[in-house]
Amino acid sequence: MSSCSDCVLKCEAASTFTTLGAKKKTQTAHEYLVALVGNPNTGKSTVFNELTGLHQHTGNWPGKTVARAEGFFKAHGQHFRIVDLPGTYSLLANSVDEEIARDFVLFSKPQCTIVVCDSTMLERNLQLVLQVIEITDRVVVCLNLLDEANRKGISIDAGILATELGVPVIATTARSGNGLSELVDCVYKVCSGALVPKPLHRPLDSSIEPSVVKLSGLIQAEFPQLHCSRWIALRLLEGDARIEKAMCDGTLGRLAVSEIV
Amino acid sequence: MSGPIKNTDPDTILSAVVEERGKVGQALHDRLASSLYSTAADIAGRTVQAGASSAARRDIAIDRILTSSIYGFPLMGLGLIAILWMTIRGANYPSAILFDALFWVHDRLEELFQFCGAPWWLTGFVVNGVYRGLAWVVAVMLPPMAIFFPIFTFLEDIGYLPRIAFNLDRVFRWAGAHGKQALTMGMGFGCNAAGVVACRIIDSPRERLIAILTNNFMLCNGRWPTIIMLSSIFVAAAFPPMWAGVVATASVATVTMLGVLVTFLVSRVLSKTVLKGEPSHFILELPPFRKPNLLRIIYRSIMDRTIFVLGRACITAAPAGGLIWLLGNISIHGQTLAQVLIDFLNPAGHLLGLDGVILLAYIIAIPANEIVVPTMIMAYSSGSQISDIANLTELSALLRANGWSLNTALCMMLFSLLHYPCATTSWTIYRETGSWRWTIFANMLTLGIAVIACLVVNGVGRLVVS
Repeated sequence: MSSCSDCVLKCEAASTFTTLGAKKKTQTAHEYLVALVGNPNTGKSTVFNELTGLHQHTGNWPGKTVARAEGFFKAHGQHFRIVDLPGTYSLLANSVDEEIARDFVLFSKPQCTIVVCDSTMLERNLQLVLQVIEITDRVVVCLNLLDEANRKGISIDAGILATELGVPVIATTARSGNGLSELVDCVYKVCSGALVPKPLHRPLDSSIEPSVVKLSGLIQAEFPQLHCSRWIALRLLEGDARIEKAMCDGTLGRLAVSEIV
Repeated sequence: MSGPIKNTDPDTILSAVVEERGKVGQALHDRLASSLYSTAADIAGRTVQAGASSAARRDIAIDRILTSSIYGFPLMGLGLIAILWMTIRGANYPSAILFDALFWVHDRLEELFQFCGAPWWLTGFVVNGVYRGLAWVVAVMLPPMAIFFPIFTFLEDIGYLPRIAFNLDRVFRWAGAHGKQALTMGMGFGCNAAGVVACRIIDSPRERLIAILTNNFMLCNGRWPTIIMLSSIFVAAAFPPMWAGVVATASVATVTMLGVLVTFLVSRVLSKTVLKGEPSHFILELPPFRKPNLLRIIYRSIMDRTIFVLGRACITAAPAGGLIWLLGNISIHGQTLAQVLIDFLNPAGHLLGLDGVILLAYIIAIPANEIVVPTMIMAYSSGSQISDIANLTELSALLRANGWSLNTALCMMLFSLLHYPCATTSWTIYRETGSWRWTIFANMLTLGIAVIACLVVNGVGRLVVS
């Protein structure tokens, strides 16, 4: 856990990144896949545009990213493919957007998932962060719209937040480019394994916990390499038909196996 | 699959799941959600310090006015009129300069071609056809778009669009449609194809279809110049010159609001007939007002919207200019092809209060509405050598010489507002609905409404005159 709070302090040694637009100029043997998730209207597309140099339509209204956009950038000699997902309040797959975002994080297995948060409404944004860290450890929280929070007299202790969540937290004001180099550094560290987040495991009700432990044990035994057995146990308990199907038709199995490679 | 995977199998897990479900008790989903909320609240409580803020209070105060049941609608109307007025007044002068410049180049090009000894048909096709079509589109469209799009992007960035959706929500519920349709309509103001794509934000398939089918009634930038021109020449001309600007603006605003009204009515009819159902509930977050970055707005609205839309218009204007020149210069039995087509279309045109030239222009302009007026004017002036219709007075004289009256202008404005979507939008409707049937329905519905509206207005107009 210490590594994460370190990150907040250490990442200030800013490096630069190179935007590569919509297509890679050169074929590289290896590239990292990065997902951008977050509540609607938190500035995901602005972060995306700043990193890739693209001009994905941005606007101050929730729900304007209707399809996922992809772009590329380069940092630390590595190529990154970044995917801008539609904004969602949760990953419960209540709507098409939520399903797209959840499936991408779960099945496309990005090496790093950036959760873009609106600093002016952290509590509601944390609900999504907590759901994402149940699915994947490789998470970086981007505390965006910091200028707006300051204007509203809100201050957030990023260090404490990183310790509480167990994942790195980077404060940014994406539209003026502040904090993005730090964000890229942190994403690189998570992708390359130099930084291994240890996300908080949310304690559950005593009536639920034993069942979750038992089921996630079974799932762990069947799919030893799967990181999110606890999350899958919860979804199965809830009767999530999609996850049930993914387990039965082998999708989860393939996920687990390819994770070894 | 590789690797030794054994131990349990999915069926074992599933039966264990069923067993455990009995132990965890009722309403698991809700309990998980509330534990999620309380954890988030705990963490936020330990990390966030919110001071007393005047900015937040100011936002709330502004919202009380913008979304108030008394001021909400008048403010939207005033805003619309202000935008239109700025666009109409602001575009006049640069439009005239562009005209002069582009047609000066036109004359030089003509001289160059003649100097090089090019045959008359080559000069005609390239310079009088393709180049003139392009010059028209650029001069007519560029200035209003360069003013309208930045203003619209400004409103979008500052956060006004969701407030409009909030205000209109009640009306949409009456129409049996989704409140988010207001956002897709807003996008349609720029370009209907973009508006149709934006309909993806509506989850319910029924309400999404309603939004897609009616998006065409929002004037897109290809049609703004037509409405502005007709309002300036025919409607405003009936008033003293000092009122011309105000009257033209009011006329354009009326046509725009008529489009909104038709959207509501058609949405309601659709939701009572072919797309029956109850409106679904939705939560729309009113985003905070954000201070927009002016340079970025100008850059983005010029690069992403103006250049993009103008580019598309030019791509269709060039061949259309060539085509209309060919039609005007290829003769069969002593009559030009254009004349044959116009004569053929005339009876139908007159029935609708229009004429054969206008209908021909609308057929040629199926790829893009932007080229309706240029095509029409080229057809009217193709016999004579009038090439420099630099200002509205000359344009007005040309149209009146071809039998236009206020009635023609009204019918054409209605037809422009209501008629079928352009080819790009139709293709987008097909892509979004995945159905040719709905695409054809969208075209038939809009054309049908346009024809009925024109028949009625033309009929009434003639009665009043005679």
